[in-house]
Amino acid sequence: MKTSIPETELMTSGHQACQGCGATLAMRYALKGLGEKTVMVLPACCWTVLAGPTPRSALSVPVLHAPFAGAAATASGVKAGLLARGDADTQVVAWAGDGGTYDIGIQALSGAADRDEDILYVCYDNEAYMNTGIQRSGGTPAGAWTMTTPGKGGSPRPKKDIDAIMEAHHPAYQATATPAYAEDLVRKFAKARAIKGFRFIHILAPCPPGWKYDSERTVALSRLSVQTGLFALYEIEAGRFRLNMNVAARKPVGEFLRGQGRFKGLTPEAEAAIQAQTDARWAALDARSRAA
Amino acid sequence: MKKVLMGNHAATLGATLARAQVVAAYPITPATQVVELIAEMSAKGEYTGQFLRVESEHSAMAALLGAATAGARCFTATSSQGLAYMHEMLHWVSGARLPIVMVDVNRALASPWNLWTDQTDSLSQRDTGWLQFYCATNQEVLDTVLQAYKVAERVSLPAMVILDGFTLSHVYEPVEVPTQAQADEYLPPWTPERRLDPAHPAGFGALEGPKEYLRLRHRLAQDMERAEDEVDRAGSQFGRLFGRDYSCVETYRCTDADTLLLTSGAVGSTAKQAVDELRDEGFKAGVVRVRLFRPFPAKSLRRILRRSQRVAVVDRNFSQGQQGIFCEELKAALYGLEERPEIYGYVAGLGGGDITVELLKEIWREAADGQGEKLEPAWMEDPR
Repeated sequence: MKTSIPETELMTSGHQACQGCGATLAMRYALKGLGEKTVMVLPACCWTVLAGPTPRSALSVPVLHAPFAGAAATASGVKAGLLARGDADTQVVAWAGDGGTYDIGIQALSGAADRDEDILYVCYDNEAYMNTGIQRSGGTPAGAWTMTTPGKGGSPRPKKDIDAIMEAHHPAYQATATPAYAEDLVRKFAKARAIKGFRFIHILAPCPPGWKYDSERTVALSRLSVQTGLFALYEIEAGRFRLNMNVAARKPVGEFLRGQGRFKGLTPEAEAAIQAQTDARWAALDARSRAA
Repeated sequence: MKKVLMGNHAATLGATLARAQVVAAYPITPATQVVELIAEMSAKGEYTGQFLRVESEHSAMAALLGAATAGARCFTATSSQGLAYMHEMLHWVSGARLPIVMVDVNRALASPWNLWTDQTDSLSQRDTGWLQFYCATNQEVLDTVLQAYKVAERVSLPAMVILDGFTLSHVYEPVEVPTQAQADEYLPPWTPERRLDPAHPAGFGALEGPKEYLRLRHRLAQDMERAEDEVDRAGSQFGRLFGRDYSCVETYRCTDADTLLLTSGAVGSTAKQAVDELRDEGFKAGVVRVRLFRPFPAKSLRRILRRSQRVAVVDRNFSQGQQGIFCEELKAALYGLEERPEIYGYVAGLGGGDITVELLKEIWREAADGQGEKLEPAWMEDPR
């Protein structure tokens, strides 16, 4: 029987992730799409720890640890170094969290995208600095509690639109993904692998301790993020936009927000505002998809 | 072939003759021409390596971290604020034991803004685990880039080749440029034991516990210490092939000298002129030019300096709350000796002030008269 997802496993057991970690599912599926001729560059993020301390590694591909701000630049250099050694085939991936992408790493990311470096940059977004213990990042949504937005009302600012920022760099390929839609995620990585130039994939990766939910609900929340329209699955190839999952009857955002401890303090008014913003954003994406 | 070159272009030719495979750089005055020439050579097809026009110095060194871990010989150049911005990466690549070579063109650090030479930028990086060479001429810049690769690859540590902003970087001097065949004979390709290779997956730089971390740092320290002899060895090998000998420390008219000027960089050349004039006036003067600062060439200096001598250290740098950095390092290197010379510290030329023959002679005379201050540095202003 042919499976819809490759059976090859390039991530092994023995990694250091929390139970129910969305970033771990994301890595496992991403590598199934990428294959073994891959080099993974990890800046400071949860995956710095998850990959395992020396001399152990949970990944069956080479891993280079890089400083927080330098993922995209280090990956650019790896590509150049491999080319200098005559290896044009190996895929170089920068695999960074939201803090390393939205905040401290955005300069290097912008530079690499602007130079059209032949690398794949992946942001696994768990919507806060989770490795340091849940502090607000540019990827934290409005209303979410974190250790640095502990007051009533949670994070005061909306989530930065990193996808719009990256689209403004005209990447060769850009996509969003989340582990509940595993076939979609694997397909996007396999597709990105075959494209030359700068590619960007944004993965929403639920985080049980950071979002404060029971670990068995990771896949359910990942799915609800799409079904409520909060996280749209789409791809942009050579400037052409395509909505991958046109959710005809979107569920209310409350189904995603409720049951996450980080949104415990959310007032009905704040929830209504999130619903209204989501509806407006969805209408724009839908119109864009129809126009394309 | 003899060419008339600015110091920055001498640095570039050193890197291209070394067959640097990946260059990543960001412009900054007064180092910009180093990479401009590589860009020009790349556009003309004369340089066939990878050239990355990165968006910052931090990214320049991050890119070289990636490229060197992939097994490529790497080069960059920067100065002052750019070097300071790179600081995190400097520790990173030495810890990763990557023999990257970088040219730093000395320039004072802001604030206030200043474009001219002093050594505080490179000396602020003294604890980052990089070798540091200070050059006195444009010929030495080119030659030292080649030697820096030789030593760096032998001890698996990165190396910084440093030249004075404007005084060398923008001044044209005759430079003997080796042929590619000669350079290749001196410097064979770099073949690292381990590199990023999907056929042999491995983790680079993953978390280490205290016990292994300390051992790794100790091993790095031992290789750094070994570098002092390796620099002399690489300098003699260079001399045999090219007829120009180099060592950690250059001495000039020191044999019977009672008072020495000890300095570094282009001031080392000016000091020779001052000593010639003092000798003509009947004084027993000499120059010690410290070419290698990291590792600090304590062995050579202990051999050269004697109890009977007075040493005036001229520092174009300053460690706030302490003293001139070469002076402080020299005192530490000689501390354990029972017999050691008198040492006087002079700070001059910060932010690009001229260190003239007259100023150096004044410093020498004060030291020779035993009038120098032994504990506090003397701040010397250019009288003009």
